[in-house]
Amino acid sequence: MPQRRLIVEAEVGLHARPAATFVQTATRSPASVTLAKGDGTPVDAKSILSVLALDVKKGDAITISTDGDGADELLDELASIAGAP
Amino acid sequence: MATTLTGSGVSPGTGYAAAHLLTGSIPEPPKGAVHDGDAAAEKARVQAALEEVAADLEARGERAGGEVAEVLSAQAMMARDPGLADGVGELVDAGVSGDRAVYEAFGAYRDLLAAAGGYLGERVADLDDIRDRAVARLTGSAMPGVPVDAAEPYILVARDLAPADTALLDRNLVAAFVTEDGGPTSHTAILARAMGVPAVVGCAGATALVQGTLLLVDGATGEVVIEPEPAAARAAVATARARAEALSGTTGPGATADGHPVPLLANVGGPKDLESALANGAEGVGLYRTEFLFLDRADAPTEEEQQAAYRAVFEAFPGGRVVVRTLDAGADKPLAFLPPPGEEPNPALGERGLRMFRRYPDMMAAQLGALARAAEGTEAIPYVMAPMVATVAEAAWFADACHAAGLETAGIMIEVPSAALRAHDLAKVVDFFSIGTNDLTQYAMAADRQIAGVSDLQDPWHPAVLDLIALAAGAAGAAGKSCGVCGEAGADPVLACVLVGLGVTSLSMGSPALPWVRASLARHTLDQCRAAAEAARSAPGASEAKEAARAILTGLGDLGL
Repeated sequence: MPQRRLIVEAEVGLHARPAATFVQTATRSPASVTLAKGDGTPVDAKSILSVLALDVKKGDAITISTDGDGADELLDELASIAGAP
Repeated sequence: MATTLTGSGVSPGTGYAAAHLLTGSIPEPPKGAVHDGDAAAEKARVQAALEEVAADLEARGERAGGEVAEVLSAQAMMARDPGLADGVGELVDAGVSGDRAVYEAFGAYRDLLAAAGGYLGERVADLDDIRDRAVARLTGSAMPGVPVDAAEPYILVARDLAPADTALLDRNLVAAFVTEDGGPTSHTAILARAMGVPAVVGCAGATALVQGTLLLVDGATGEVVIEPEPAAARAAVATARARAEALSGTTGPGATADGHPVPLLANVGGPKDLESALANGAEGVGLYRTEFLFLDRADAPTEEEQQAAYRAVFEAFPGGRVVVRTLDAGADKPLAFLPPPGEEPNPALGERGLRMFRRYPDMMAAQLGALARAAEGTEAIPYVMAPMVATVAEAAWFADACHAAGLETAGIMIEVPSAALRAHDLAKVVDFFSIGTNDLTQYAMAADRQIAGVSDLQDPWHPAVLDLIALAAGAAGAAGKSCGVCGEAGADPVLACVLVGLGVTSLSMGSPALPWVRASLARHTLDQCRAAAEAARSAPGASEAKEAARAILTGLGDLGL
């Protein structure tokens, strides 16, 4: 399954506005999208509550996974949201 | 015979409508509650309720706009969360009733967020709000929060109202406010006067009222009649309306019957209040509370954002005076980006107002700079003043900073008794005074504005407060400087005459009070005002002072006061 590993650069981490944008973007995809922090268990990236509960902070490593058509484009988009300072 | 509750009438007028109770919390659905066996139907019912909650939050956000819209749209996402829906679905499949399933499914996330603390911990309250809204829909209980789509006017009944509760109130739908707690200067009282809605606060028994009960509220006497005789109630509302119409007979700039001018100015919290100020004939702005720009946000507003908000107010009063109060924040009005030094056991006596600027001088420089640039090219006359000034050194520091920023007219609020007592020294270093009677009363009488139990002390009619006002106004007059009043006392049509008699040169108030004060001043001469002031100061207490002043102010009867 296509994956992207990166370090979160957003000052507020994956909270507040970046979290909302991240989840909204994931929700647009018909495929399943997951998010994991470090080596933790992946959670549904379309669930704002699950994403918030991961408590991803600036500097944390995350892994985003999805498959299906356009997986790479979606991963690029999600990575740029999480990777944007 | 109808039962009557009594509180303090803090915003005149009469309202008759059904009570809408703003209940603080929705009860937890009982543990072990089960549905009737049709899990699919129960899941559909929950899904519909969550979707309604989400749509309602989004609609509120769209109406409010800006930052609020963003916050509420994030809340809507939580209501539509697929993980939450799965959690509810599993519980319902196991037989749990929809409302209990919602409660438990939210509970799982609630624990995770609470454990994380910090920013996430603060989201627990958002989550609880969404949960309560969904549970309320499923159980048919009253929704927490203020109704947005009420078909008929209602009377809002609550323990007390928070600014967040009232962000979206529609003044055409709120017939009156009744709160169990709060005094004459509580948020509810100030909001009610700003909206021109009748209000009774500190009303014991209010929160025990039954949802939908018809109430007749008299915002002048403080009486709340439960299930009044309908014809009599409608007659009372009609009389109040007729009296209000009589008021509109007095127009033009504020002046006493013998032509002594008393500029009547408006208290505003931002550009949104200008329409009402202009409609009520304000001659300028006597108090622009700038903190509303700063509240409820994570970062300080930019200088550009500040400039735009200030300019809108300056432009509304070409040639008129616009008195801007610099940021009045502190432990009681905390701002995320100006953290107070720590927990203060008594925030009213802590680092607030100008004291906060001593800690954050850059914030002061930014605000003064934005004000100076906003005034450029407008015809308004900007007056800038600082809150919570206690000493000559503080006043001089602030005035120097204003002058350095290019703001010519720098003044101070007189709200600390030390400032009133030493007003003759302060008048040498600033260009004007504005008396904040709410805080001046709180500090002079040592009575916290938020505590209903001492609301009898929180009364500007106390002769000790009148003495302090006389000292400040007298010192300003001797130095040839102006001394206005921008506290709630100026909005009392009787006290307004007394203030003018004490030497106050302008009065600023929530806009709906302007016609009352204009009409009251127009019915009395300056000599009558002075005699009323003298009589009030000679009285032993607040109620005697009011009585003595009323005996001299013979024109009040015309206004039904």
